[in-house]
Amino acid sequence: MSNTPRWLYLVLLAVGVFAPLLLPQIASQLAFLWIMVVFALAWDIMGGRMGYNSFGNILFFGIGCYALAVFQRDLNWGGYWVALPLGLLFGGLLASLAAVFFGVGMLGLREKYFAVGTLGLGVAAGEIAASWGYIGAGGGLSTVLMPVAGNANVYWAYIAFAVAVLTFFALKRLYAGRIGLALGAIRDDEDKAEAMGLPTTRVKTLAWAVSAFPLGVAGGIVGNMQGFIDPRDIAFAGSTYGTWMILMAILGGRGTLWGPVLGAFVFQITKELFWVYLAEWQRIALGVLIVLIVVFFPRGILGWVRERWPQRFGQRVVEAA
Amino acid sequence: MNAPESPLLEVVGVSKSFGGVHANENVSIRVNPGEIVGLIGPNGSGKTTLFNSIVGYHPVDGGKIQFAGKEITTLRVPEIARLGLLRTFQQTRVYKQMDCVQNLQISTPAAQMTTGSLFVRVPRPVTEKAEALLDFVGMSSKRYLLAGDLSFGQQKLLEFAMALMSEPKLLLLDEPTAGINPTLINGLIDRLRRANAEFGVTLLVIEHNMRVIMNLAQRLYCLAQGKILAEGAPETVRQDPRVIEAYLGGH
Repeated sequence: MSNTPRWLYLVLLAVGVFAPLLLPQIASQLAFLWIMVVFALAWDIMGGRMGYNSFGNILFFGIGCYALAVFQRDLNWGGYWVALPLGLLFGGLLASLAAVFFGVGMLGLREKYFAVGTLGLGVAAGEIAASWGYIGAGGGLSTVLMPVAGNANVYWAYIAFAVAVLTFFALKRLYAGRIGLALGAIRDDEDKAEAMGLPTTRVKTLAWAVSAFPLGVAGGIVGNMQGFIDPRDIAFAGSTYGTWMILMAILGGRGTLWGPVLGAFVFQITKELFWVYLAEWQRIALGVLIVLIVVFFPRGILGWVRERWPQRFGQRVVEAA
Repeated sequence: MNAPESPLLEVVGVSKSFGGVHANENVSIRVNPGEIVGLIGPNGSGKTTLFNSIVGYHPVDGGKIQFAGKEITTLRVPEIARLGLLRTFQQTRVYKQMDCVQNLQISTPAAQMTTGSLFVRVPRPVTEKAEALLDFVGMSSKRYLLAGDLSFGQQKLLEFAMALMSEPKLLLLDEPTAGINPTLINGLIDRLRRANAEFGVTLLVIEHNMRVIMNLAQRLYCLAQGKILAEGAPETVRQDPRVIEAYLGGH
């Protein structure tokens, strides 16, 4: 994947920059498109690169939702435009801290036990948030509105685009480092990695903390954009956002850099089309789509391409010199 | 017990049972620095159990294990690995979805694996060493293939190279020639000897192939029914009537 064609970057840049201006009426869908890209990329660090299927990453998203909202409500340093980036960073850091904290217990679990354990984490967080008065409990929490005239979603589309771009390049850089290899070693054979003296606990904790950060930031954006945070339907929405992030990464091709991006695009566009053209049936159609993805593309679109043309991915026999 | 030099590995009276099965009973062995020591014994005599006990895969029921002058009896696998005591597996364990070079790049000595080093690219000398070692085991042309696509014998060679990459002081090899094409076995014996002589890796080898172990080891231990039956020079052990009886199935 070292030879990404330049036109792909240019096309995506053009979409990111011009689409919100040209199509302001779908600015909120555009913002969500980039949020979906962040969802899939962040999930893939654990699920794709490291082979740990986390069903509880929604936890970090929810933490980010509330962190920004509370930061704006109680501190609001420097007014809206200073508090917003600070609060987003705060949400990301808080999410990473939560990952380190819960990682101590969770990352000792393997495979399906990790999946079920993290699932419980997400559900529990929703229940706790729904009964905690400080953050509005079950009644939810209203967030500050962006102080702009006109369509705030256009601004959110740009902010979400910037976060997606930063996440993509940060991960690209990260995977080029030794930790990319360490994640692969843990995915392929964790016992072997341990027997070779690899600091697996440290690598796993780092990976989860890294994956939590962009989710915390994304949570802040979505919470603010919606103007209202419901503990179960938005912040800790395991059955929608929480499941989608897994599906998108699998659909595009887990463990590849572009797979999650591709998966997010295909999924978000299909989903929006369902919502428009299959009124009443959209959720059933989405369910069918999910089943089809898992049955026919278990390795995802890019995973399938990679199996068919391995030479394109650098797997080759070297002729003797 | 008047040792000529302090041993690299010393196992004293180690016992391990699984339920009612006494896999190891009061087993004592020692491996001196620079040696190649063989461990033979019929199937189910407790050889692999002893390996697992040494590398900290499970706790032992009794006895003491020392490595490089340090007590390691209660340490776990990663801690022992970081001291420079590694093992290979009977069934190969390689990183199947990574290519051969990557398999070696991530097998550097544990001391080099600091948190900071995780975030930088693999240094060029590491890659060069990885390629040199792949050349050493004769896998240079396969270096960009996924480890999972290699044959069993090739995976064994790769696993051997991975072990060398991490510069162990002592390497425990569990049946290195099992499943390897007979014509390649001589080459492998030669490489094991060179690893010992050139890289200074002390070897403790479990082996069923008598021809191989007679050629390779300087000293042998024979395990039978969980106990050390005989030890000494390969030829002496082979002609020991108790060893012959154990192998031929007398009771």
